[in-house]
Amino acid sequence: MELTDLYRDVILDHNRKPRNFGPLAPADASVEGLNPLCGDRLTLRLRMDGDRIAEIRFEGQGCAISTASASLMTEAVKGRTRAEAQALFDGVHRLLTDDAAPSEGLGKLAALSGVREYPARVKCASLCWHTLASALHCSGRAASVSTE
Amino acid sequence: MNGAAAAHAAPGFDVAAVRRRFPVLARTIHGHPLVYLDNGASSQRPTAVIDAVNDYERHHHANVHRGVHTLSQEASALFEAARDSLVGFINARSRHEIVFVRGTTEAINLVAQSYARPLFEPGDEVLITHLEHHANIVPWQLLREQTGIKLVIAPMDTRGEIHAGQVEALMGPRTRLLACAHVSNALGTVLPVRRLIAAARERGIATLIDGAQAVPHMPVDVQALDCDFYAFSAHKMFGPTGIGVLYGREAVLERMPPWQGGGDMILAVSFAKTTYNRLPYKFEAGTPNISGAIGLGAAVNFLGTLDLDAAHAHERALLARAEAVLADVPGLRLIGTAAEKAGLVSFVVDGVHPHDLGTILDKDGIAIRTGHHCAMPVMEFFGVPATARASFAFYNTFEEIDLLAASIERARKLFA
Repeated sequence: MELTDLYRDVILDHNRKPRNFGPLAPADASVEGLNPLCGDRLTLRLRMDGDRIAEIRFEGQGCAISTASASLMTEAVKGRTRAEAQALFDGVHRLLTDDAAPSEGLGKLAALSGVREYPARVKCASLCWHTLASALHCSGRAASVSTE
Repeated sequence: MNGAAAAHAAPGFDVAAVRRRFPVLARTIHGHPLVYLDNGASSQRPTAVIDAVNDYERHHHANVHRGVHTLSQEASALFEAARDSLVGFINARSRHEIVFVRGTTEAINLVAQSYARPLFEPGDEVLITHLEHHANIVPWQLLREQTGIKLVIAPMDTRGEIHAGQVEALMGPRTRLLACAHVSNALGTVLPVRRLIAAARERGIATLIDGAQAVPHMPVDVQALDCDFYAFSAHKMFGPTGIGVLYGREAVLERMPPWQGGGDMILAVSFAKTTYNRLPYKFEAGTPNISGAIGLGAAVNFLGTLDLDAAHAHERALLARAEAVLADVPGLRLIGTAAEKAGLVSFVVDGVHPHDLGTILDKDGIAIRTGHHCAMPVMEFFGVPATARASFAFYNTFEEIDLLAASIERARKLFA
């Protein structure tokens, strides 16, 4: 396992230039995600159009894995329905935890597959997804999630 | 840094010989020789400690202070011999002043609950500093909820120094206890504890020193310090985990009620009344961590075989070299630049998050700590979510410091 399997070009690029980064107002949901062990912290805001995620942006501080994962996630779920976003979450979760997981249908998110070789870093990659799940669950009120 | 300097340790200290006494240092990690720079979190064990624990487990284990049979007596003798080693290690007055606990955290909680809680009134003040480990913050917050005490925080400057005058200025008529670190785990700052303790004593304020990061790096003499309590953990001074010491001045310990109830801390129990055991057993309820204590005693005896002045001088040289070498890494900022530091460098690198740095260094066999170091107020003060921390022991080498710097440079390039 080489370092470049973890820090692939896609990940380095999204860490350097995170997409959909910044505030979003007005927002239907604003959820803070926290990884207390690392101090990773991100705020995810989204605007819904019926059942569809019309706009999604994030802000915060985190390592390259957590920043790139959040950036890739916002690109992947924008314009998707709740059910589609949940299906992507399930796919990424399998990708991060199961060696045999297929990466079909995940597009650029497949770049996260190297993370599963680094169990201590899986939480970095999944923080944004847990935050998204919470945001979709409770759009309309403030909430926060924690990986601990 | 020139090559000649890199090839040698501090004069008079044979690092190679010391390293041979720590078996794990011969390991490779991801194909590289282990460079263990996470001693502030937990140091490695010498063969002497491993063998002492192993010998006890194989040949002498039984419960202590209970049996008339041979094994119980052997176990008790080994356990109490470890306590005697600790008396000498910190120059306590007697074995009554050495209470075995799980570690520094438990020691501080013991003082909060058994010393402070029965004595302190609402509005009384416990004085700590801004750089404390969570273990010396949270027990006082719990006490605050229980008793209505006030927690007063002495300030830290931008170098991570604590100035005695500023702490003394906060010692008022309601201050009952000064509880502070001897050495900061997040910054390496050595606090002016001697002066602080003297100032506290003049004002009738009790003192508790968190010595977890001090005992591995400097001689500690509790009588010279003149503190009421001193707490430390075995596993940061080459002993096992799950064992540590609360030193308490005997007269103070005598007045305190027991910490927990159970076996070993009693002389006689009836349903009407229990007579507590004498010191230190009053504070050691339940079957103790016998092998841990024996391992800690072995660690103390191991340290006794070293030229500690030379070992500590070597550590100071490591620190000086680390600060010099890291200063040359572009974009690297040292967090904590106190004039007097011990054993560690905490830092951040532009464009490289500490956790990524930790993963990348590990690939090169280098173990460092990344995160908030259980000192979140310190991180907040310096405006960083986390730092990378390389913490040294006397078995580290100048070459390892150079490998650290080279590996950081590689990480920087990856993220550039």
